[in-house]
Amino acid sequence: MHPLFNALLAQRPVITDGAWGTELQKLGLLPGEHPDFWNLSHPGRVGEVASRYVEAGSTVILTNTFRSNRIALGVHGRDVDVAALNAAGVSISRKAAAGRARVFASVGPSGKMLMSEEVTEAELEGAFAEQCMALAGAGADALLIETMSDLEEARIALRAARTTGLPVVVSMVFDSGREKDRTMMGSTPEQVAAALGEAGADAIGANCGLGIDGYIPVCARLRKATSLPLWIKPNAGMPEMAHGTITYRTTPEEFAAGSADLERAGADFIGGCCGTTPEFIRAVSAALHPAH
Amino acid sequence: MPTIQTLYDAILNGNAKAAKEITQTSLAAGANPQALVDDTMIPAMNEVGRRYEANEYFVPELLIAARAMKASLELIRPLLSARGAEPVGRVVIGTVQGDLHDIGKNLVGAMLEGAGFEVIDLGVDVSPEKFMNAAKEKNATLIALSALLTTTMHSMKAVMEKLKESGMRDRVKVMIGGAPVTQKYADEIGADGYSSNANAAVALARKLVAA
Repeated sequence: MHPLFNALLAQRPVITDGAWGTELQKLGLLPGEHPDFWNLSHPGRVGEVASRYVEAGSTVILTNTFRSNRIALGVHGRDVDVAALNAAGVSISRKAAAGRARVFASVGPSGKMLMSEEVTEAELEGAFAEQCMALAGAGADALLIETMSDLEEARIALRAARTTGLPVVVSMVFDSGREKDRTMMGSTPEQVAAALGEAGADAIGANCGLGIDGYIPVCARLRKATSLPLWIKPNAGMPEMAHGTITYRTTPEEFAAGSADLERAGADFIGGCCGTTPEFIRAVSAALHPAH
Repeated sequence: MPTIQTLYDAILNGNAKAAKEITQTSLAAGANPQALVDDTMIPAMNEVGRRYEANEYFVPELLIAARAMKASLELIRPLLSARGAEPVGRVVIGTVQGDLHDIGKNLVGAMLEGAGFEVIDLGVDVSPEKFMNAAKEKNATLIALSALLTTTMHSMKAVMEKLKESGMRDRVKVMIGGAPVTQKYADEIGADGYSSNANAAVALARKLVAA
């Protein structure tokens, strides 16, 4: 196991963070506005989100760089310094962590599909390499490739990330198929574990999806299929609209109860995705580390 | 001469090259283009859909089958148009304003093309006005809206309002989809239908244009 993960897992499970986009909206981010650009325009408010998670008990926090690769930035990518956007994201999270949490830098999908030939392998690798280099150069402790629905794209991102020498977590979305236990492209937890293990991931996992209940069996299957540390960050269920406002039905208490099941199913790193807040992390932390 | 069964298999297995070649030879041998579509190609796509529902096929298989279907249709469509046959329906599709995600939208578009719809793809970050104008100009029967983000699904409601304002609402059906979208949301904004995946979107589109 990578020495950093070894050290962190002395206090297993490690509590990671929750969603950032919705927190940024509470601080004024407009619907449709690109959250990552706030790293340069409103670093204080982005830092506020990071600090809230550290205060809630996260010992690993992410960075506001999920969409900061050149392809995902799309038309916006032309007018922005991609390296500066990523470096700013890391430095904001590092400052908020202030030694109390580790910073795992977030790398999201390109948003384009390899098999439809919307993007080439070389373009993907170039974009991920550019982003990972910037994140590593700014002092991230580890890289997190997350919310991937195509194993092939995840492998390309992993290859680019590994050139930095940092430990790399790769996390896929399982939300397809009759049992909702496959990636969009049809890969099972077992296939994901085998492929990412072979490709040199330091930890693997699952995030987003359709809520915490569905990820408990996915986590158990990943646990059986690999000895690598497992990273699990479910969302707070499907969003619901009520009178024009978006709400998530899962409560922090329900999520915390589910997180105990995840821990028993073998999860080493536990946090939340879309719809989760510092309240969720506080509840998870209280459930899994009652002594703190 | 290859049998019709092999065109069926070519589409089912997503072999675009074979689908195109077989279509060419069949047409040269005097096959009825409409019968090829109705008796072979659409049943093949229906079987693709059945396998998807049965967990035997996933998105990659859907995509390559739709691509094979499209390769074959490109040869057949001009012949059908020459005979005055209309497409199953005309769909204006796009990702709503503020949202740059297009994987889901492209998948649905490919599947609808495979099912014989004429698809007018407006791309991503499409304003309500642009949807309305395109539907009007192209005389569309259906508008398909996609959103991946909870923060952008509000734009779907704006499209509905634009259609109402401009008096277009009664002339076109609206279907919506995307990760955060639900049937409940479709009901709330008054859309005609919701689909959770690209395969079900085809069945929904057929139902809506037949209604």
